[in-house]
Amino acid sequence: MDRRLAVIALVLLAASATYLLWGIGANWRFVLGLRASKLAGMLVVGASIAVATILFQTVSQNRILTPAIMGFDALYVLLQTALVAGLGVTGFAMLPVGAKFAAEVAVMAVAAMALFGLLLGRGAQDIARMILTGVILGILFRSLAGFLARVMDPNAFAIVQTESFASFSRIDGALLPWAAGAAVLAMLAAFRLCSRLDVIALGRPVAVSLGLRYEAMTFAALALVAVLVSVSTALVGPVTFFGLIVSGLAHSLIASARHALLLPAAALIGGAILVIGQLVFERVLGMQSALSVVVEFTGGLFFLWLLLKGRIR
Amino acid sequence: MIRIENVSHHIGPAPILHGIDLTLPPNSVTALIGPNGAGKSTLLNLIGRLIPLQEGRISVDGNDVTATPSRQLAKVMAILGQTNHAGSRLRVRELVAFGRWPHHLGRARPEDQAAVEAALAQFDLAGLAERFLDEVSGGQRQRAFLAMCIAQDTDWLLLDEPLNNLDMAHARALMARLHGLRNAGRGIVVVVHEVNYAAAWADHVVALEGGRVVAQGTPHQVLTPEVLGQLYDMEIRVTELDGRPLILHHV
Repeated sequence: MDRRLAVIALVLLAASATYLLWGIGANWRFVLGLRASKLAGMLVVGASIAVATILFQTVSQNRILTPAIMGFDALYVLLQTALVAGLGVTGFAMLPVGAKFAAEVAVMAVAAMALFGLLLGRGAQDIARMILTGVILGILFRSLAGFLARVMDPNAFAIVQTESFASFSRIDGALLPWAAGAAVLAMLAAFRLCSRLDVIALGRPVAVSLGLRYEAMTFAALALVAVLVSVSTALVGPVTFFGLIVSGLAHSLIASARHALLLPAAALIGGAILVIGQLVFERVLGMQSALSVVVEFTGGLFFLWLLLKGRIR
Repeated sequence: MIRIENVSHHIGPAPILHGIDLTLPPNSVTALIGPNGAGKSTLLNLIGRLIPLQEGRISVDGNDVTATPSRQLAKVMAILGQTNHAGSRLRVRELVAFGRWPHHLGRARPEDQAAVEAALAQFDLAGLAERFLDEVSGGQRQRAFLAMCIAQDTDWLLLDEPLNNLDMAHARALMARLHGLRNAGRGIVVVVHEVNYAAAWADHVVALEGGRVVAQGTPHQVLTPEVLGQLYDMEIRVTELDGRPLILHHV
């Protein structure tokens, strides 16, 4: 195993242990169960966003794009809003968690392949057009969701609102096993495709010359991105810049284009940042703010730094 | 043998190629020449399945380029485009190693590593192997991409202006190497702008103009003042040196 991976894994392990055991009182059984489920949620979310971002950046050949910037999670929020609007509050609450999530993931995957596949299918030669289209699609999804939210009744709106703001403290216990299962399957698939992802990162002409089925691979990667984004958005809501920080860190730490190293590194870093961030919030800052706010703030600064350094590749 | 039957191509409303019928012989160096916009690169990219075939048929050693799985074609031909950049930040050795990918699909064997080292040595890249591609010069990067194609170890090599960015010494060395591969039984198709390289090294020359084949044959048959004059619309003197045409297009 690579030494850098081992170090990140150790950091994650230490953070997780601290999170679970810090100040645990006499009522340790109950507290431990509560913390374990929250920890599992954070690990799933962190790893999902990290792997989704690396996959998306590889397919789009661009280091400053993330699925969130391109409107993936806005699409998920739109889907949720449409469901609440269509079924009403009771109908929405009545839906079985697992089946609902599975159906949402399937719809997301198809929609993402249709929208972004078309955009990327021709080898994304026109990066500027692709970014603009993605950003506009994101705004379109957000506006549609906003429109639906405006015309629905206030009770339903309250539900939609909790769905569309990022929060790391409302991880749904019933959804967690389903989301974790989907995330693990998608990540295993991504790891299996490592060597193909290395080739796709070379760009279309070289990849085709090397015999890669470029279009099929693009669609497969986008479907995995859709599944992973659905998982993270369903659990904590949209976090736009988190993936960017993680992929930036993973790239600079690993300093290699090999996905066999990049993907696990990113997944571990994603988990570690969330757990450490949450620790700091709960223990140091006394829950005075929201983790997502700080993640977005530092992420936004990082994004600007990338832009200013001209690392748009 | 590469068979091109009745191939036409448009980009938007603009016609690029008009009903090209061509057979490229195996075991030889074929040079595609012609003025800018003649359709040389388009033809090469169509053979190399980098752009989808719109009309007609192309087969490489009997493998139809639209019907044959891409991975199988990658063991038959390697194509290098005109502008090359790797999407990811790679070291020279890592790039060259990708040439072996069609053979091992991610699990490099000792013979693959040996082939990579051989390709690096052939292209004078052994000393640069650990440098990143964005830290070497344009010509060095071009050589790295060429080494990757050679490492792919295919019966056919399709190279679009491989002499781009190369200095005199490396340009001649490349042509000599291609000639050596041809002697070893490979077929090589190159797009060249400097017709003297075609004159000195090619066995077969195909002249394209306005998307049509206007002449083909041995260098002596094609590289004449008449054909070249018509092709490039200028007066050109052609003499002979060591039994090969020498084109004095620069004076």
